[in-house]
Amino acid sequence: MIDVVGTFKRGARELIAHIDFPLLLITLAIMAVGLATVNSATIDSSHRMLSQAGNMGIALVIMWFVSRLPPQKLMSFAIPLYVLGLLLLVAVFLFGIKVNGAKRWLSLGFTRIQPSEIMKIAMPLMLAWYFHKYEATLRARHFIVAALLLAVPFGLIAKQPDLGTALLVGGAGFFVIFLAGLPWKVIVGLIATAGAAAPLLWGMMHDYQRKRILTLIDPTTDPLGAGYHIIQATIAIGSGGPFGKGYLNGTQTHLEFIPEKHTDFIFAVYSEEWGLLGNGLLVFLYTLLIGRGMMIAAAAPTKFSRLLAGAITLGFFTYAFINMGMVSGILPVVGVPLPFMSYGGTALVTLFTGIGILMSIHTHRMLVKK
Amino acid sequence: MSDFHNPDSDLDRFRFRLGIAALLVLLAFGVLIGRFVWLQVVQHDFYRTRAEDNRIALIPIVPNRGVITDRNGVILARNYSAFTLEITPSQTGRLEETIDALAELIDIQPKDRKRFKRLLDEAKNFESIPIRTRLSDAEVAIFAAQRYRFPGVEVKARLFRQYPLGAIGAHAIGYIGRITDRDLKWIEESEQQANYKGTDHIGKTGLEQHYEFELHGETGYEEVEIDSGGRALRSLKRIPPVSGNNLQLTLDARLQEITEQAFGDRKGSLVAIDPNTGGILALVSTPTYDPNLFVDGITPDNWKELNEHPSKPMVNRAINGAYPPGSTFKPFMALAALEMGKRTPNQAISDPGYFNFGNHQFRDDKKGGHGSVDMYKSIVHSCDTYYYMLANDMGIDNIAKFMGSLGLGQRTGVDLGKDDSGESKGVLPSQEWKKQRFKKPEQQKWYAGETISIGIGQGYNAYTPIQLAQATAVVANNGVMFRPHLVNQIVDAKTGEKRPVEPQPIRDLKLKAQNVDVIRRAMVGVNKEGTGTRAFAGAPYETAGKTGTAQVYSLKGADYKASAIKKELRDHALFIAYAPADKPKIALAVLVENGGFGAQSAAPIARMVLDYYLLGKLPAGAAREDDAAVEDDNEE
Repeated sequence: MIDVVGTFKRGARELIAHIDFPLLLITLAIMAVGLATVNSATIDSSHRMLSQAGNMGIALVIMWFVSRLPPQKLMSFAIPLYVLGLLLLVAVFLFGIKVNGAKRWLSLGFTRIQPSEIMKIAMPLMLAWYFHKYEATLRARHFIVAALLLAVPFGLIAKQPDLGTALLVGGAGFFVIFLAGLPWKVIVGLIATAGAAAPLLWGMMHDYQRKRILTLIDPTTDPLGAGYHIIQATIAIGSGGPFGKGYLNGTQTHLEFIPEKHTDFIFAVYSEEWGLLGNGLLVFLYTLLIGRGMMIAAAAPTKFSRLLAGAITLGFFTYAFINMGMVSGILPVVGVPLPFMSYGGTALVTLFTGIGILMSIHTHRMLVKK
Repeated sequence: MSDFHNPDSDLDRFRFRLGIAALLVLLAFGVLIGRFVWLQVVQHDFYRTRAEDNRIALIPIVPNRGVITDRNGVILARNYSAFTLEITPSQTGRLEETIDALAELIDIQPKDRKRFKRLLDEAKNFESIPIRTRLSDAEVAIFAAQRYRFPGVEVKARLFRQYPLGAIGAHAIGYIGRITDRDLKWIEESEQQANYKGTDHIGKTGLEQHYEFELHGETGYEEVEIDSGGRALRSLKRIPPVSGNNLQLTLDARLQEITEQAFGDRKGSLVAIDPNTGGILALVSTPTYDPNLFVDGITPDNWKELNEHPSKPMVNRAINGAYPPGSTFKPFMALAALEMGKRTPNQAISDPGYFNFGNHQFRDDKKGGHGSVDMYKSIVHSCDTYYYMLANDMGIDNIAKFMGSLGLGQRTGVDLGKDDSGESKGVLPSQEWKKQRFKKPEQQKWYAGETISIGIGQGYNAYTPIQLAQATAVVANNGVMFRPHLVNQIVDAKTGEKRPVEPQPIRDLKLKAQNVDVIRRAMVGVNKEGTGTRAFAGAPYETAGKTGTAQVYSLKGADYKASAIKKELRDHALFIAYAPADKPKIALAVLVENGGFGAQSAAPIARMVLDYYLLGKLPAGAAREDDAAVEDDNEE
């Protein structure tokens, strides 16, 4: 007789074989918070909660799929994905569509895509592969090549201009190079050069970017534009107090004072209603997520998987820190969503591809031949 | 750098660096928590007060939309103020009951309720939403007396767009309508979000759409103190809006009106251009529609009628109807032959009434042929055989090159609609075009036989009336091409400063003067001793013209539908002209759908237009079909 129960059990075990439960539980917890906040932010008007739940479902399926790809397979995607991403970025540069004054999109006729999103994954993948390949013969020139591999897409994205995404892509790439052992002398030198080049950078910036930095210093200079965002978001956070105003009771949120409240500024909504306590919980959840990611990176068996896991994990940090920093008024406003919280399908898919890669690295670690 | 190679130290270094990164993460998060403590504990009282005081709402004040006038100052689009009854949902208890109670005082139709519901879904909760527009004075008074019963309901004065001439020139002026999701995207792409806060109408087509951001003006705002429920308490500060810029057109409204009347109930189009500037004097597409229907949201019944009517009144035939040019193509062919050295004016052919190519016989309209035909005669009598041979001698790509330089088969870039995409390109056939147009390799090849009928403006040829008018204007203007445009100048509402739109020509074809002259003389001949004689009998000015008839049923385009053709089997009538022939002030193209012969139905319309424009002479009545012309002038 066929062992139905046994087959079923084996099937179920196979289905979840590559899921890392600590990681899954942490992301689910953040997403639950996010979903409730999206609901609060859109309950008066557009009702986006169900649609966001749908996005999460799709992203989870993608995570499951990615987690089943062994790291060797991931490695084989490194060059094609990077080259594809680079070509698309060049295409955007040449034939992109302008939205809000920035050329970020590529029209495919039936839909349009934002190629810089691909680079968020392709960049760490490519650099991790590169350092893995030259593991035994690593020399200074390899760091120079790696820096070039990083600089070209970074420049193309910053030129669009999309400073937020450029920072995320640049950050992910830099983390790989840093973890691969970029000499401290160079790091110190880079920091010094950056400091010296700041005035030069200021000159190269777009007007609106300069304006954002100026409004950070004094938000009242632009009370109707970017300054308005910062002022209202800061009031929302501050008025939330230690314990918050209570779910659905944020006056800043529900009297429409917070702009982009279900996307980039969702943290202001959350913070107003849940207060310092809620903020503490959220930062704690992000710390857990990053901690788990670092554990996976530290235990990873190959150079490739180690660097990739480390860079992706620190990428989550960049997202969360930049977003919470800009909403609370200590960083300039750049378009970076809050990971697993902000409304939007594209960002979720990218984030969960990252989670899937972490799971793949962790669950395949015993199978990798040393 | 020897330590790059040691795998063990490599792993150690990785973990060490990971540790450093972890410390940085904790440090950064610590800074964030510090910031939160600062804002939410230390500064909490300050921010709590600010949130409570944060009752200053910015209420946008929508600017007056720019006025559109014709070349003589006749108003084509303006604004008028009218009272609306508006409800602020957040201040009203039960919406349905409130509306029912209001309906007892003031006439509220189901369509008003429907519109209210739709707007309610889109609006923010402190905005007021109109339940009734255009209240009469009596209605305002009735409501005012009962006002205390309706908290959150008020009478407001709003501006409405009005097109005083109604359907006249509707296809040129366009109309505005409520902002939809697609319009919102457009506003975002143009970085105008801030300026459109509070605006609920936007140009949907025509000039209203093309010049949207000129006409709109700058939104002002009022800082208003509101209570915790979102009710406005008092005004704190007011930044007035800046009215939109006015458009002064090249269009002549009277000419437009006369032309539309001349069409009667026939379908078709006329575009008249000042060849010296490219300014459009009349842009007619019939049937037309009343743009006022759209301003307040068109009712589904009206929309259905306009949209599904078989004569398609919503289609702007002048820029979206592509028609084979028929014999109006011949002067351009002749000019191409002269410019490319394929013919001299005196070189004559002998026309037996047909042209044989391969196994196919291309027939002339006149049985037995026209005898010996030179270039002059070929245009005046519209001899097909001359152009069959000419097309064959020139080859398709030479034809395409010259016609392309005249602007045929290309968007003219006229200032209508959002961008170029509102205008049709038509079809300028060439080998390359056929390769692009068809998928199967056996269809992609251009056959020399297909070139023959291109010569008489049939075959794949399809051009919009505005392209034909522009090509005519270019010839009239000795090869100097202007972009056709409707707006002469944009008048700044604030400073009164006038900005001309298209002062410069876009191209000079460098046509040889003697070649242009040959064509001019032949086209003058058309109206003196050829196919246009009857229509222009007794005209005190000299006109250059050419009649044309386009066979509808031989159209080889993709949309070959037998059922449709049965009904509309009659040919399209065309006429192109410019006058006065020696110093042209106006160039035009007329198309009458299923009008039969160009000489019979299109040329008389051109005559009326020219009589009015050049002499100020008004036509006696609506255009009658000149039946007598048929017998003499069926040569085309």
